[in-house]
Amino acid sequence: MANATIQVDVVSAEASIFSGAAEFVVLPGESGELGIYPRHAPLITRIKAGAVRIQKPGGEEELIFVAGGILEIQPKVITVLADTAIRGHDLDEAKANEAIKKAEEARRSAKDKQEIAVVEGELSMLAAQLAAIRKLRKK
Amino acid sequence: MPGTKEIRVKIKSVQNTRKITKAMEMVAASKMRKAQDRMRHARPYGEKIRNVAAHISHANPEYRHPFLVHRDSVKRVGLIVITTDKGLCGALNTNLLRMVLNQYKTWQTAGEEVDVCAIGNKGFTFMQRLGANIASHAVQIGDKPQMDKLIGTIKVMLDGYIKDRFDRLLIGYTRFLNTMKQEPVLEQLLPLSGERLGAPETVWDYLYEPEAKAVLDQVMTRYIEAIIFQAVAENMASEQSSRMVAMKAASDNARDLIDELTLIYNKNRQAGITKELSEIVGGAAAV
Repeated sequence: MANATIQVDVVSAEASIFSGAAEFVVLPGESGELGIYPRHAPLITRIKAGAVRIQKPGGEEELIFVAGGILEIQPKVITVLADTAIRGHDLDEAKANEAIKKAEEARRSAKDKQEIAVVEGELSMLAAQLAAIRKLRKK
Repeated sequence: MPGTKEIRVKIKSVQNTRKITKAMEMVAASKMRKAQDRMRHARPYGEKIRNVAAHISHANPEYRHPFLVHRDSVKRVGLIVITTDKGLCGALNTNLLRMVLNQYKTWQTAGEEVDVCAIGNKGFTFMQRLGANIASHAVQIGDKPQMDKLIGTIKVMLDGYIKDRFDRLLIGYTRFLNTMKQEPVLEQLLPLSGERLGAPETVWDYLYEPEAKAVLDQVMTRYIEAIIFQAVAENMASEQSSRMVAMKAASDNARDLIDELTLIYNKNRQAGITKELSEIVGGAAAV
């Protein structure tokens, strides 16, 4: 069984990256490089950022860079759920903090705008009163 | 009756408007195709990760992820509203925001507080006007949905759920049915219902690296992110189709208006000529 193959799907949230048969796959697992031959035991693990090397039948090789993600091995299918961006706990945290900061800023500027709107409303009312008084005087 | 010159100016201005709406229609048509492709490309990931998530949660009954635990009392609600950044796309945003507003009012009367996450400029300004508590927002996303721009915004909401800041998380967006039809939907994201997650196709005993809990945490987060991402992609496809249809209607209306105005213009012109002629004839007869 030298030529046994296994179906490999590499997908990300934004696109389907690779789908096809492979004889051998190398992945950057979280706890070290993983080499996978067909009929590997079912496994789920996280993968780090790095290159996925897929050896297709006929000896051709495909190299795909992934920014991390999840690897799932089923008896007949290998699925790589790739992240589209470099992820990490700290990085995500930083992005979340940034989002919070942006929301706060928006709230503050909204308050400014609200105050401006109130003042503008008062101003226009005063102007209208003034115009009405002038009209009355002319008469 | 308006003068000939006024009608001519009016025709010109309608023609110019029509040029713009026609151009927008064509731009939307070409963007729509790409947006639909993107929406379809996002699907396999969503399905696969759903399957993995269903699998692990099925295989590990002893560890219940917070996303799966149903909470009895709901004091605060999280709401993700996905709208477009730009206008001129028919009643797309209006329909969705009306639905959201109704729900919002129901919550307010029930005494539940709401934390809003606004994705898209229209929903963001709407929520600001409403005076809602906006926990996070993402605007100017562009024509192509990018996970990168959404991660932080989404994480604020997921963290809020995990840290018990709110007990339910809902998502409102416009679902793409086909080019002519899009419908606003408001559905529950968290806690995840069993039906949504579904049952795994087949069950294996997986090996986990590192341990099941860590993997499950990541899978669950990615799964929710994938749902939101899919919703954003779908909303974009809806936006472009809706805009195309709206702009087509506007162009058609402009054409009808031009036809009508041209008719009036010609009648007016002819009436003028007839009047002049009769005046000449009348003048000649008087001499």
